[in-house]
Amino acid sequence: MTSGPAPSSDLPAEPLVRFESVSKRFGNVAAVDRLSLDIYSNEFFALLGPSGCGKTTLLRLLAGFERPDEGRIMLGGRDIAATPPHRRPVNMMFQNYALFPHLTVAGNVAFGLRQDGLAKAAIAARVEEMLALVKLEGLGHRRPDQLSGGQRQRVALARSLAKRPQVLLLDEPMAALDRKLREQTQFELMELQARLGLTFVIVTHDQSEAMTVAHRIAVMDRGRVVQAATPAEIYERPQSRWVAEFVGDVNLIEGIVLKTDAGEAVIGDKRGRRYRVAADVAAGAQISIALRPEKIRIHAGPAPPDAPNTMRGKVCDVGYLGSVSTYKVQLDDGVVVKATVANVARTSGEILRTNDNVWLSWPPDAAIVLTA
Amino acid sequence: MRRMSVTNLVALALGLAFLYVPIAILVVYSFNASRLVTVWGGWSTRWYAALLEDRAMIDAALASLLIATVSAALATVLGAFAALALTRFRFRGRLPFAAMIYAPLVMPEVITGLSLLLLFVAIDLDRGLFTIIIAHTTLTMCFVAIVVQSRLATFDRSLEEAAMDLGCPPGRTFFAVVLPVIMPAVIAGFLLAFSLSLDDLVIASFTTGPGATTLPIRIYSEIRLGVKPEINAVCTIFIAVVAATVVAASLIEKSRGREARALLA
Repeated sequence: MTSGPAPSSDLPAEPLVRFESVSKRFGNVAAVDRLSLDIYSNEFFALLGPSGCGKTTLLRLLAGFERPDEGRIMLGGRDIAATPPHRRPVNMMFQNYALFPHLTVAGNVAFGLRQDGLAKAAIAARVEEMLALVKLEGLGHRRPDQLSGGQRQRVALARSLAKRPQVLLLDEPMAALDRKLREQTQFELMELQARLGLTFVIVTHDQSEAMTVAHRIAVMDRGRVVQAATPAEIYERPQSRWVAEFVGDVNLIEGIVLKTDAGEAVIGDKRGRRYRVAADVAAGAQISIALRPEKIRIHAGPAPPDAPNTMRGKVCDVGYLGSVSTYKVQLDDGVVVKATVANVARTSGEILRTNDNVWLSWPPDAAIVLTA
Repeated sequence: MRRMSVTNLVALALGLAFLYVPIAILVVYSFNASRLVTVWGGWSTRWYAALLEDRAMIDAALASLLIATVSAALATVLGAFAALALTRFRFRGRLPFAAMIYAPLVMPEVITGLSLLLLFVAIDLDRGLFTIIIAHTTLTMCFVAIVVQSRLATFDRSLEEAAMDLGCPPGRTFFAVVLPVIMPAVIAGFLLAFSLSLDDLVIASFTTGPGATTLPIRIYSEIRLGVKPEINAVCTIFIAVVAATVVAASLIEKSRGREARALLA
């Protein structure tokens, strides 16, 4: 994600949306717990987390359907926590689309514009424009129940964009689409966001969706943001074991820093193995090494003598996924390490089989050292 | 569509015959030229003409229509709001309230009628059109509540949120989104209440007073003196009125989509 207009390094000073230690409790459960978060203008921002992490509640707080118990929600420098939903310059696309069944497609798209008391001609022109934007020209007279799932999704999108909201909220917008259509829609959303120059906030539990569409992602857990950064940063530099495990596949090795030397540290695990990792940590610290499976190299024969961090083991499971194969390798002491290899040749997937002896290695800069 | 088997066809024919043969006989005999109800004397519309002369019958029909219209309207409003309260608010005593609203459904009409009569006597209310309207509203509002409640139970709350999100204030949201979506149920409830009121003899007899004779009361009192062919004509007209109402309601329901389209064309 290098194309985003708002990478974390050069964010504008003033955020468009700011959550200031916002809490929302339902009974005894804090759905959102003293959460602070900034979202900037023109950002495609994703709220990612497991179900029940509070991401939908956060979106509903921004839409105005929930009132925070504590904290402030700022939009363009103004506290909107007490503003009812119909007075907020924010529109939402609902997970189930929530299309009005008694209105046509055009009636649905025009609904918000009518509330503003626009002239009929202006409304009609805007509806046409919106339908063209989502490629539904000529379907304005249909009823929602005469449309396919993908078309309904587009109507919902057109309706939520018709008023040109300052922030567009998308609540799991692609959950009901099949995979092919979902991927296509993801790219269309990105294209729309860039073209319209609006701020999009999407809620999703699908990490690949968040990584595909968003400039920045807030990973949430139990009502809090555990990390907010670009997709690459979250994947390559997770700040905690929880983030490393939630986003993507990872091998975790517990260990202690034995010694450090010029940005490189030697880590010892409890089985007496030694690892060299590129990290700035204090000697004696308890840490975890997080290793992404695709950064581990598999050798069918003994690893070259200069290869760092070599381990010997036996293939115990092969998962062929087409573009890549995932190997589970059991080390001599029983620990299982996962490694993925791109199937660059058509025969790549047939080289290694279960019970083959293999050697693994990984460069010192492949590892992520986590202290949390 | 699947082809119908012979068994299904026979079952359908029997069911329809069971429902409509008595009505068909009544309609046919209303055009009987003979004064004797059981003897066919050729086609004629003389009883319809005679009906126009029957001032008492026309008055009774007008009274019935008035009572049915007003009580159905009241019952629709009250019943719809009761349904709304029962589905929307989790207040204390919701379950007893829900059970109580269904009580008139299972209550024998004689008891409902008698208890209403006692009430009107106790509060010294002069019996007449007004008391029948109150009685019919009591009787029919629970039917409206049930019909509307079943529709509201499947109503998607996110539709209201979507409306508010698009700038519609909460009060207007009810009329812009909730009411149109539940409208078929409201219309069905109104029609049910209307026909129940038209149809009612027992409760009306208890709660009526001098000068307020509904059509069922009139017909019943005439029949005690023997079945007259005019009665068949009255009933045929009534069937036509009810059928027309039902057809009109379904047409209104269908045309709303076209209206919405025309609005944006």
